[in-house]
Amino acid sequence: MCRANEESEPSGAEHEVGTDAAFTALLEDSAEELYESAPCGYLSTLMDGTIAKINATLLDWLGLQRAAVVGCMRFADLLTVGGKLYHETHFAPLLRMQGELRGIALEMKTADGGRLPVLVSSMVKHGSEGEPLLIRTTLFDASDRRAYEEELLRRRQEAEQARAEAERARTEAEEARRQAETGRTRLADALAVLQQSLVPAFLPAVPGLETAVYYHAASAEHLGGDFYDLFPVDGKRWAFFLGDVCGKGPQAAALTSLTRYTLRTAALHDPEPATALTTLNAVLHERYAAGGDPRYCTCIFGIVEPTAETGHATVRLASGGHPPALVLRADGHADFLPTPGGLLVGILPTAPFVTTETILAPGETMLLYTDGLTEARTGPTRDHLYGDDALHAFATTHAPATPQQAITALTGLLESFGDGLDDDTALLALGAPTTHHTRTDPAMNPPR
Amino acid sequence: MDVRRRNNVSIAGPVDGPVVVLAHGFGCDQNMWRLVVPALAQQYRVVTFDYVGSGGSDLSAWSHERYSSLEGYASDVVEVCEELDLKRAVFVGHSVSAMIGVLAARAAPERIGALVMVAPSPRYINDDGYRGGFSAQDIDELLASLESNYLGWSATMAPVIMGNPQRPELGQELTNSFCATDPDIARVFARTTFLSDSREDVRTVSVPTLVLECAQDAIAPRGVGAYVHAAIPGSRLVTLDATGHCPQLSAPEATAEAIVDFLRSLT
Repeated sequence: MCRANEESEPSGAEHEVGTDAAFTALLEDSAEELYESAPCGYLSTLMDGTIAKINATLLDWLGLQRAAVVGCMRFADLLTVGGKLYHETHFAPLLRMQGELRGIALEMKTADGGRLPVLVSSMVKHGSEGEPLLIRTTLFDASDRRAYEEELLRRRQEAEQARAEAERARTEAEEARRQAETGRTRLADALAVLQQSLVPAFLPAVPGLETAVYYHAASAEHLGGDFYDLFPVDGKRWAFFLGDVCGKGPQAAALTSLTRYTLRTAALHDPEPATALTTLNAVLHERYAAGGDPRYCTCIFGIVEPTAETGHATVRLASGGHPPALVLRADGHADFLPTPGGLLVGILPTAPFVTTETILAPGETMLLYTDGLTEARTGPTRDHLYGDDALHAFATTHAPATPQQAITALTGLLESFGDGLDDDTALLALGAPTTHHTRTDPAMNPPR
Repeated sequence: MDVRRRNNVSIAGPVDGPVVVLAHGFGCDQNMWRLVVPALAQQYRVVTFDYVGSGGSDLSAWSHERYSSLEGYASDVVEVCEELDLKRAVFVGHSVSAMIGVLAARAAPERIGALVMVAPSPRYINDDGYRGGFSAQDIDELLASLESNYLGWSATMAPVIMGNPQRPELGQELTNSFCATDPDIARVFARTTFLSDSREDVRTVSVPTLVLECAQDAIAPRGVGAYVHAAIPGSRLVTLDATGHCPQLSAPEATAEAIVDFLRSLT
């Protein structure tokens, strides 16, 4: 209670007596007593650090006797080695330059070998001429504070370490991802090159014939098993084929490659469709089934011969177990070209192949396709497939159509299947141009 | 690279005076020399600077790799000398800078013509037959203390360095804690300083050398100065009646006088 308020407070006499006694006791607490027993350490040194005066509190903290300290020790002697070095390199120079320092964290040695963390403030006392006379220092026990700071520091180091580890893990993951990405890109590049070796990059221009093609790869990461080709046999005739090998992936790609180049070679030797397929059958059987690894394909192989004079194209084809070709006639209806009895190519040592013929009049288009089209799902399960009838109906709706019109319509159809189109699908359309002239032979152009 | 700005170079004294370069040690910065600069600058061209990482230097120029060896600090010295195109200047190095000066003088003999070593120590750790003043354990404790930030802590948390109302001339420019180095940088400097061993290097000194030691030095005890003196033939040893590791602060007049005496003896 403030004594200035005493008059205005009509409190009881006993209380007043008690308060006075308390103040009296305080007044008897001499300056000397305050110095010696203050709740902080006091220390005065000469400018060279020699301790001239030290209070009882600090002596008690350090467990030292006054006689062993005063005039005998320097302030730095009370510090740990780390503290001493800090004192010499930072504390003392700063104090010299500035005359004052506050709240420096140091550690003192205690007589029993312990350490006492303290916060130190020092001030230089100057004489009347401004010359430095002595250094006054107060010290506060900072054990609890230091423990807390250490805890903070430890947590910060842990957090820093965790952060560094997380960063390292992130870097490693990034590197792994990058490598995986590189590997994936490299594989995709290789697959793309391989895939291009299985189907031609583009179809050659055939005088007197229109062509269009479409290839849907079900997966960018797996080589497809569908194939097709179109190439000249001699000056008049062109060979074409389209098929589907069993399986997927590298083995299917190897089979496709073998099939494609066998058919190309066979066609040059003897372009008769059944003969080419027979040759293919023998080659595949020898390569796979005979070795106990039966692999096969379905395939339509054919020869087309456009006739400039009439604008017609004569088609002769054979099939080995492949879905029948479909012809979109000029009169608006559509016909399958059945080849009943043709067997899968490569299963049996010898296999019969059925040959058929048709003539494409101007405006008529023949479509070859793989079963990715007819076996596309149209419902939730494989019980609901698109099927031959639907395809026939679709073709009828679109007939007549040029090869490009037919392929465009079918591409739209394939897209409409969405997830239902889960297999590779190849489409090849050959057609006799509506006006029977060829761009590649300007001499055939009718006069304007 | 602007070396003058990078190393916070200051120049005082007559333009045509012989050049004296003052280099600070581990701890504070070029302000350590402020009490002796006025005396020296009466006759000499006085160059002071901060090592990269200390005081007003460009901290962005600091790298762990370069400043983890005394050679890195010596490169600072050589680059400052080259920037100012100094010829046979007198290099005054305090504490660890005395050894940095040895390396710099060896690297650029045409730049540095004499050495003044203030409170030098070529090796702080006691070794077989050599008394540096500290055990390996002591230095480990200092480094551990610095590593765990015990000592730099308060300086980091709240810079406590205040102006001095009694001596306003030391006032404002000093208020921003010129000893409060970045703790990470200070740790590297401390490790480089206190784990260094330059005893072989001091034997290579071939320029006139003054060894200036303090009578009472907690970091470079008596005996170390004598060791350096003995290792450099022709060197001069002066023991200042001063206490502490920084005679340029505790006994600036005597320190300046000893340096000037030596400088005069060179001509």
